[in-house]
Amino acid sequence: MPEPIVIVEDLKVYFYTYAGVVRAVDGVSFEIYEGETFCIVGETGCGKSVTSRALTKLIDPPGRIAGGKVLFKDRSGRYINMLELDEETLREMRGKEIAYIFQDPAAALDPLYTIGYHFIETMRDHGTIRSNKEGIERAIELLREVAMPAPEVRVKNYPHELSGGMKQRAVIGIGLSNMPRLLIADEPTSYLDVSVQAQILELLRQLKEKRGLTLLMITHDMGVVAEMCDRVAVLYAGHLAEIGPVDRIFMNPLHPYTQALLRAVPNPTRRMLKLEPIPGNVPNLASPPPGCRFHPRCPYAMDICKRERPKMIEVEERHRVACWLYAKR
Amino acid sequence: MPGHPLDRLSDAFISLIARVMTRVNPKWLERNRYKLEEWRLMLYALNRSPTGIAGLILAMGFVFIGIFGPYIAPHSYDFSYIAATGKYKLYWLAPPGTGGAILGTDDLGRDLLSQLLYGARISLVVVALVLPVGISIGVILGLLAGYYGGAVDEAIMRVTDIFLAFPGLILALALTSALTMRIAYAIANNPWLTSFVSAVFALKPSDALNIAPTLAIIVALWLVWWPGYARLVRGMTLQQKGNVFVMAAQALGMSSREIMFKHILPNILGPLLVFMTLDVGNVILVEAGLSFLMGGQIKIPEWGAIVQHGSQYLVNGAWWLLIFPGLAILLAVLGWNLFGDALRDILDPRTRRSIEFR
Amino acid sequence: MPALIQVENLKKYFPVGGKLLVKQWVKAVDGVSFEIYEGETLGLVGESGCGKSTTARLLLRLEEPTDGKVLFEGKNIYKLRGRELKEFRRKANIVFQDPYTSLDPRMTVFDIIMEPIRVHKIDVGDPEQYVLKLLYEVGLNESHMYRYPHEFSGGQRQRIAIARVLALRPKFIVLDEPTSALDVSVQAQILNLLKDLQKKYNLTYLFISHNLAVVRYMSHRIAVMYLGKIVEIGDAEEIFESPLHPYTRALISLIPVPDPFQARKRKKLMIQGEPPNPINPPPGCRFHPRCPFAKDRCKKEEPKLIEYSKGHYVACWLYS
Repeated sequence: MPEPIVIVEDLKVYFYTYAGVVRAVDGVSFEIYEGETFCIVGETGCGKSVTSRALTKLIDPPGRIAGGKVLFKDRSGRYINMLELDEETLREMRGKEIAYIFQDPAAALDPLYTIGYHFIETMRDHGTIRSNKEGIERAIELLREVAMPAPEVRVKNYPHELSGGMKQRAVIGIGLSNMPRLLIADEPTSYLDVSVQAQILELLRQLKEKRGLTLLMITHDMGVVAEMCDRVAVLYAGHLAEIGPVDRIFMNPLHPYTQALLRAVPNPTRRMLKLEPIPGNVPNLASPPPGCRFHPRCPYAMDICKRERPKMIEVEERHRVACWLYAKR
Repeated sequence: MPGHPLDRLSDAFISLIARVMTRVNPKWLERNRYKLEEWRLMLYALNRSPTGIAGLILAMGFVFIGIFGPYIAPHSYDFSYIAATGKYKLYWLAPPGTGGAILGTDDLGRDLLSQLLYGARISLVVVALVLPVGISIGVILGLLAGYYGGAVDEAIMRVTDIFLAFPGLILALALTSALTMRIAYAIANNPWLTSFVSAVFALKPSDALNIAPTLAIIVALWLVWWPGYARLVRGMTLQQKGNVFVMAAQALGMSSREIMFKHILPNILGPLLVFMTLDVGNVILVEAGLSFLMGGQIKIPEWGAIVQHGSQYLVNGAWWLLIFPGLAILLAVLGWNLFGDALRDILDPRTRRSIEFR
Repeated sequence: MPALIQVENLKKYFPVGGKLLVKQWVKAVDGVSFEIYEGETLGLVGESGCGKSTTARLLLRLEEPTDGKVLFEGKNIYKLRGRELKEFRRKANIVFQDPYTSLDPRMTVFDIIMEPIRVHKIDVGDPEQYVLKLLYEVGLNESHMYRYPHEFSGGQRQRIAIARVLALRPKFIVLDEPTSALDVSVQAQILNLLKDLQKKYNLTYLFISHNLAVVRYMSHRIAVMYLGKIVEIGDAEEIFESPLHPYTRALISLIPVPDPFQARKRKKLMIQGEPPNPINPPPGCRFHPRCPFAKDRCKKEEPKLIEYSKGHYVACWLYS
């Protein structure tokens, strides 16, 4: 059994806005094991992106990390609390240990510089290369690894000369350039078309195998979860609803939210006469409902759900849920 | 939300508006509750911006003094201690604090404080006459150019470019010297114009003729002020035109005029207001600069003219004739700029969201 | 079933390049023909840049075509003037993808929904009662009447946009990716609402989406577009159960399926590369550079849309 590379304990990220304190992530705990693909799935504003950014303290004001721990296993096997590190060390960790790939590849690349320059810049910052020539060679190698067509040409191209899929390949290549151990992909395919999405997902899968990476995927698409992940965490309104192996989550969803979500997603391989929508709307996190945040939309809501927040309970092996339905009474 | 001492004042202000409007129309509150709530949040955001508050106080102070300055001034703008007391030695370039002259006197023994208070009125009137006209021309031309595009856009923007290519200050200077005599002639020949001008600028009717250069500056500024707004509004119109709700309005069969005035204009008013606020300082500055360059009318308590006139006596050690009018200009301009900057953050929902409330 | 809309050889080219450069054309829509029957939903799918949104705008005359015509109730919409055009604008309308920009942020819900009524000067009696009825119809209520769009969630905004369109009692509505900006839990609400309204008012929909699962759920018939051309059109179930064109087959096999067991078993038809630039589309069949079955003929001759089985058309040399 591999060890966790990241342990998140009771993470809290609050945004202090004019509309009040938005508890975007409010006491979330999970761990990511070495070599697995871990997915955080949830809807807009559930805190999945914020969680992934908080792992290296990439939170801008008015947001603040209000509490919790993020333990990261460094190369010597010790766990260090990321949230206690200074900005200098964190910068060193970002890229070298943990790399990010964001949703919009166009925004991740500076239009004024060539693709090759982007590689050189990141590698020079982390002392991975000694000269620009070495940087270009490494860049071509990396572009070949991410299956970029004609890497020797593309390395000299500017971002606007590349298509959406090629940009995302370049961004992935840049992310890999300092040999990180954890790759965080935040909705890496939601700007891409179906045919290109399939190519990029396939690429991520291959890279993970080849390099022994740990992959953290942030997505809203249950289809991507089913295709990619080993374990899944379902977030709802800043709370962790359910966490477990992907097969169990889909076969035996425990949390009423997960159950409802799976029923609301159309399956392209089946003829469906009626979808079952989840009633109501995602709550406003400046004034979230008390107790379990899903209770206003939950068909099984009980009195206690309105008053107390449920604790995480292990219902079957490695499959935990935060729901009063499963509490021992 | 953590409280702020000024929040209660804001709440009181908002409920005052609500009460007044409810008296006018009982259904108003129900229909505008959410708008009111947004105003309250904007005020809260302003409360958390110390520079914005300082700017607001300075800007409102400028407006207040502009309106009431002539009434609270200890003396009239042309009052001379020398003429009144005959003590030439004491009141010729008297330093601040000399026998009743709080900010000192100039070479004619006139009270500098009173002059500055009267001068605020002139600056305020200039702002109030230059901006609305310049902006109206700019907004209409910018809307037309941005919305219709093509040949209309080409025609309007090329004219705008010609105006922008001219150095504004020099153009205004040339126009001012060309217009001054005509305006003075018009004032001299129209008794009603004389009384109107003297009332607006809080001057004695006998001095109405001397305000002609300032009026010329106003007319000149109309001509140089609109191109900036035309270009700005055109850009904002293009941006708004890309919004899907404009296409939705087209799909509903709305006319272009309706779309321009009901959908585009209201949506650019926010940024336009910010730009206007920042521009008030510019107008004050440019007008003071022009009247300085024009040599300054010695009989008119116009800030730029006071600086110009006073600068001749720096060799006599009369620093107050430079420092105090300069300070008046600085504070008025700074106030509007600070307020405009805060307004930008508050009116834009995106930046408002990034203000930290702690 | 009579055809409400008949599209004949519709083309739209956009010029690119400045005045000094040689003018080139983006062939966004390059000769498409199809019809939409009364009361049905035609799904229009394809990847970004395939011309599906341009087609939608052409159908509502929000753009003027380069060539071709669209008959609405037998009349060519590009020839309509004055009152007839206004009547067309009343009967045919659109719900846009992004509910965050399709509503004017400065207007209350009441004003937004009343706007079409005012534009068309329709007498609806008490405006508040009329708006309230529409709000109920789309699942909102009186407490929402005087609020501003930014106070609503994406799903609620889309309901407002639907109410605005419904206010004119239209016959035909273009749904341009109406749920792709929404969360999955809300998406199903909006899709079901649209289905219910269609049944209630016998509405005709053109449903545009890149999400094939959603298209399958919504549509009676489906048209697949690639680079400005329709490559396959037919009954929705038939398209999904036995797709013909290699592009359709690939698209369907590549959608991520929300079921890990199925995902592991499923055979994928991977296609390489990305849709080429519509300025210089490849000669012959436009799909041939990415097609795993491309033959010599595909590179030279363009295949015609032929009826393979009843009501199921395909443009591919494999089937001729």
